[in-house]
Amino acid sequence: MIALGAHAEFIIAAYVGVFLCIAGLTAWTAIAARQSKRRLEELGDSARPGRSTP
Amino acid sequence: MTIDTTPKMTWWNRLSHPGQFVALTRPLVLPLAVITCVLFAVGLWYGFFSSPPEKYMGDTVRIMYVHVPSAWLSQFVYATMAVSALGTLVWRHPMADVSMKAAAPLGAVFTVMALFTGSLWGRPTWGTFWEWDGRMTSTLVLLFIYLGIVALWRAFDDQLRAARVVAVFTLVGAVNIPIIKFSVDWWSTLHQPASVFRADGPTMPPEILTPLFVMFFAFTFMFVTLQLVAMHTEVRRRRIATLERRIARGDAR
Repeated sequence: MIALGAHAEFIIAAYVGVFLCIAGLTAWTAIAARQSKRRLEELGDSARPGRSTP
Repeated sequence: MTIDTTPKMTWWNRLSHPGQFVALTRPLVLPLAVITCVLFAVGLWYGFFSSPPEKYMGDTVRIMYVHVPSAWLSQFVYATMAVSALGTLVWRHPMADVSMKAAAPLGAVFTVMALFTGSLWGRPTWGTFWEWDGRMTSTLVLLFIYLGIVALWRAFDDQLRAARVVAVFTLVGAVNIPIIKFSVDWWSTLHQPASVFRADGPTMPPEILTPLFVMFFAFTFMFVTLQLVAMHTEVRRRRIATLERRIARGDAR
C-alpha cells in the first residue's frame, strides 16, 4: 500500500464512506429485486415480466 | 389487416411494453456488472498505485477520483429523471415513469457521496468541511429535491397519478442543475471552476486524468446497471399490485 501523506485519514474516510454507500445501494437494489420476484412467485403469476408464458 | 400486413413492432414499441423491456434488457445486467467491477478495479489501481500526488492538493487528489464521478452522477441522474419526466408528460411512454421512480433513490445516494467526499476534501484543502457557497448549497438543495421526489412517490397509492405530479415537480427542480453547473462562474466561491470539461481542454495532467476518467466510467456503468435492475423491480412491483388488486376483488365477490 502506498503512503497517503499527512491527510491519510481524510482519504481513507472518503473511500470507506463511498464503499459503504455503494455496498448499501447494491444490497438494497438486490434485496428489493429478490423480494419482488419471490412475491410474484407466491402470487403464482404465469406471465412474469420478461418471462415467456407457457 | 392480416398478420402479414400488420406493421412489425419497432424497438421503441417493444421498449414501451414493460414485459418486453425486461426481456430485452435483462441479459445486459450481468455484462454491465462485470464491466463495472473491472473498471473499478482498474480505476482504484490507477488511483492508488499509479497516480502521483498533485502539485497543490498533494495526496488528497485521490479523493477527487470518487468525488468528481459522484458529483457528475448526482447531476446526470437528475438529467435522466428530467428526460423521463418529459417522456411521462409529453409522450406518455409507459417506461418513462418507471425510469423516473427507479433513478430517484440512486441520485440521492450519489449526491450524499458527492457532499461527503467533497467535505472530506475541503477540510485539508480549504480548512473547513462546509461553506455555504453556491456550489455546495445548490448541491445540498439537489439532495433535498431528490428526497422530496422519493417521498412524493411514496405518498401516492395510484402510481400513474403520482407519475404526473412527480414529473412536474422533477421538471421544476431541473432548474437547479444549471445553477449547480454555473455556480462557480456566477458567484465568488471556494469551489474551483471546471477543470476537466472545458472548451480549451482539461487543465489536469494525464496521470491524474486517467484514473479520473476510469472511475468516471466505473460510476456511470454502475448507475446504468443499478438503474436497469431497479426498473425491472419496479415493473414487477406494478405487476404484483395488479395481481393483488385482482385477488382482492375476487375475494370480495
